Amino acid sequence: MNEIVESVNGAQLADEQRLIAIGQQVLEEARGQGASAAEASISVGTGLSVSVRRGEVDTLEHERDRSLAVVVYMGQRSGAASTADFSPRSLQATVAAACSIARYTSEDPARGLADPALLATDFPDLDLHHPWPLSADQAIERALAAEASARDADSRISDCDSATVTTGEGIRVYLNSNGFVGSRRGTRHGVSCIAIARDDAGMQRDYWFSVARSADELESPADVGRRAGERAASRLGSRRLQTGRVPVLYTPMMARGVIGQFLGAISGGNLYRKSSFLLDRLGEQVFPAHVQMQEHPHRPRGLASAAFDDEGVATRDCTVVEDGRLQTYLLDSYAGRRLGRQSTGHAGGVHNLEVRSGDKDFTQLLRTMDSGLVVTELMGQGGNLVTGDYSRGAAGFWVENGEIAYPVEEITVAGNLRDMFAGLQAVGADRDERGSIITGSLLFEQMTVAGK
Amino acid sequence: MTESLDIARQTLLAPAGLDDAALEQAFDRLLAPSVDAADLYFQCTRSESWALEDGMIKQGTHSIDQGVGVRAISGEKTGFAYSDDIVLPALLEASGAARAIARSGQSRGLQVWQRGHGLDLYPPLDPVESMPDQDKVDLLRRVDAEARRIDPRVEQVFVNLSGSHDVVLVADGDGRLNADVRPLVRLNVRVQVEHNGRRESGNAGAGGRYAYTRFLEDDLALGLAREAVRQALVNLEADEAPAGTMPVVLGAGWPGILLHEAIGHGLEGDFNRKGTSAFAGRLGDRVASEYCTVVDDGTLTDRRGSLNVDDEGEPSQCTTLIENGILKGYMQDRMNARLMGVSPTGNGRRQSYAHLPMPRMTNTYMLAGPHDPEDIVRSVDRGLYAVNFGGGQVDITSGKFVFSASEAYLIENGKVTRPVKGATLIGNGPDVLTRVSMVGSDMELDSGIGTCGKDGQLVPVGVGQPTLKVDALTVGGTRG
Repeated sequence: MNEIVESVNGAQLADEQRLIAIGQQVLEEARGQGASAAEASISVGTGLSVSVRRGEVDTLEHERDRSLAVVVYMGQRSGAASTADFSPRSLQATVAAACSIARYTSEDPARGLADPALLATDFPDLDLHHPWPLSADQAIERALAAEASARDADSRISDCDSATVTTGEGIRVYLNSNGFVGSRRGTRHGVSCIAIARDDAGMQRDYWFSVARSADELESPADVGRRAGERAASRLGSRRLQTGRVPVLYTPMMARGVIGQFLGAISGGNLYRKSSFLLDRLGEQVFPAHVQMQEHPHRPRGLASAAFDDEGVATRDCTVVEDGRLQTYLLDSYAGRRLGRQSTGHAGGVHNLEVRSGDKDFTQLLRTMDSGLVVTELMGQGGNLVTGDYSRGAAGFWVENGEIAYPVEEITVAGNLRDMFAGLQAVGADRDERGSIITGSLLFEQMTVAGK
Repeated sequence: MTESLDIARQTLLAPAGLDDAALEQAFDRLLAPSVDAADLYFQCTRSESWALEDGMIKQGTHSIDQGVGVRAISGEKTGFAYSDDIVLPALLEASGAARAIARSGQSRGLQVWQRGHGLDLYPPLDPVESMPDQDKVDLLRRVDAEARRIDPRVEQVFVNLSGSHDVVLVADGDGRLNADVRPLVRLNVRVQVEHNGRRESGNAGAGGRYAYTRFLEDDLALGLAREAVRQALVNLEADEAPAGTMPVVLGAGWPGILLHEAIGHGLEGDFNRKGTSAFAGRLGDRVASEYCTVVDDGTLTDRRGSLNVDDEGEPSQCTTLIENGILKGYMQDRMNARLMGVSPTGNGRRQSYAHLPMPRMTNTYMLAGPHDPEDIVRSVDRGLYAVNFGGGQVDITSGKFVFSASEAYLIENGKVTRPVKGATLIGNGPDVLTRVSMVGSDMELDSGIGTCGKDGQLVPVGVGQPTLKVDALTVGGTRG
């Protein structure tokens, strides 16, 4: 198996200096072909992913990706092109394709590189790079441990769809013709398991996962498997509910999606297009006064940490919601110009957006709710950011007298996001840190549940 | 097909100086004694997209992605590696890595190369080259002008034109050599309307495996603009949607997303081999009413979900999934077919060389039934008439699926009355089709806009159905 270790860790990512040199070549080429400005982003990554099933290897995948994207500006027209081939001939052709497109796009006064005054000049070490020298055999062993643990979690676990261990490493370099050169290098490792539970009435599946920059921060494979198994088994015997209006508690994994819709509604692209139900709400009460949201882009080892955004703009700590009031929009340079504002460093999204937790843990939130629905799974898209209308398929648990009574499925939850946000009763202390949005459970005052 | 193979050799192998001997060298590495099957998948995809917004040609992008995926299968184990460099050393390294799942030993030899025989469902053209760039941006502008001309309440118009040229060559351990050259284009229009501070949107799109010039025929492009505006204006008048279980009449065409989610995914071979689908072990069972016959058909000319050969070199076919309500078959790739002891059905598909093939749908639709579509609506006292949808999703293990209506109306006393807001519909795949009590004579395929996601891999698909009635389906509105 030595061969495998070598192809993952030994073939080594091209070093940052080489990628920067390629980027500079591309900017030079763009200038040579008549571009007044240009920007290039290059990313390369390698990874290993191993899945097991029924005690045997299911798939063993070696990943190796690279891509280069260039945007050229001819005054205020622009064109973009990308390629996975880094040969000089291909780079030249890619720049030519971007320049050719720029001749057909319209003059757009908002178009252009980020304001040079906003570019990052400080590149703190965010502690994101922790390679995991994991051989395929070791990965298999861990995945098998997760699967075995899922099976042991409950006698009704009939099978696992898969148990997977992944490790990956990547470099991203961004350069523009205003002289910005930035690179970031990071690792990401994961353990996940999908368990299947069965009884006379049928089957249920559920999953659990752990993801981290450093392998020593992962939950153990046994813990991941056990939680997947417990979660799948707890869904057996699911019933339907009567249609009605009830309080609804979203677990942190589901809460992340709703917060994501909030962030979508305050992001520049939707605001300047007037495609948001939160137009012109800056400074206003969007959530109740207990709700606070902050972004910490430089959090060490954070999954979404970065010193600069996708346009090189410096990221900084920022307050998005204070005492329930909206404090900022999320803007890149283009949307900023369209709205007569500056970029807020959000080209490419948020970096570690944290919803401040209340003091109640999940059990206490159940008691606060008394009777209502806990949502542990959502299905479908179902959120309309133009109107705020929200309707999704759901599964979870019915709660009576502050305790989980039985699992439920084949129901929908619906409302309007504006009302859901305004009626947000509590944010749980059960923070889930596995993503760019970090939040605890969310307790909504009332939503319409459709069932029988 | 011979033409496809020549194009593929020229595009994929010739630039790197790879010949048949080089492929044989790779198979020498791959074919350990315990390897049951292996393949090399060479691909080069060129794509572009153009976007109009605010009346401006706002963005254009062009991209080229190429590489080779190498797979070795031993029993139920799969080893996989890929490289975005199509050169011999990278090919040999990937072959060595993919084979690592197998026991070591003397490699077995490869048989002589044999050319496969695929279908001829679309021309091997490059859509990017099928129209001058100036004509592409002019087309976007005309669509924009048409949408704005129709109604002063139109506030925003977004038009997107995209095209790709996908050249693939599959060489497998049985010595088969297959190629496909796949054009794919898509035109999409989204409009946002505003009236007295209320904003709503509407969407329309079309596409398939043809040249951009098709959009100019039969007023197709401008028709999309009018359709998007019509939908947005309907939504301006929409009331709250009902909540609860009720009869639902689904329109013809794109609402066939019902079939894709409710039964399609659950009938893919991998889930049934593993026994994780709610349909596992149910061949021969009644899973739908007698009016329901459902097929997956990759052999339709020009359609978005069609393939001359699938991504394992199998010719596409039309597979009957449900016949008069009885479950007849699953959709298979080669690996799952071999493990289940059945024939492959031409459903082995992958997003790209960097992804493993899986059983996937092509064009999935229900055949026409005996009922007059107007009688179907007349038969409902109080229910929902849903004619346009966003996306859908399914949990193949529990069988629960959703699909989200974007244009729907109430049916009251056998008549379509007021429009209602979009809502998610939820049901149980294994029994929803048993509640289909009427099936219309108006079978229609969608306009060529579907993209299906599975395990993070996206592939273009088609759906279709006649107007049909589900006696009881749960509607996720807000009015209880």
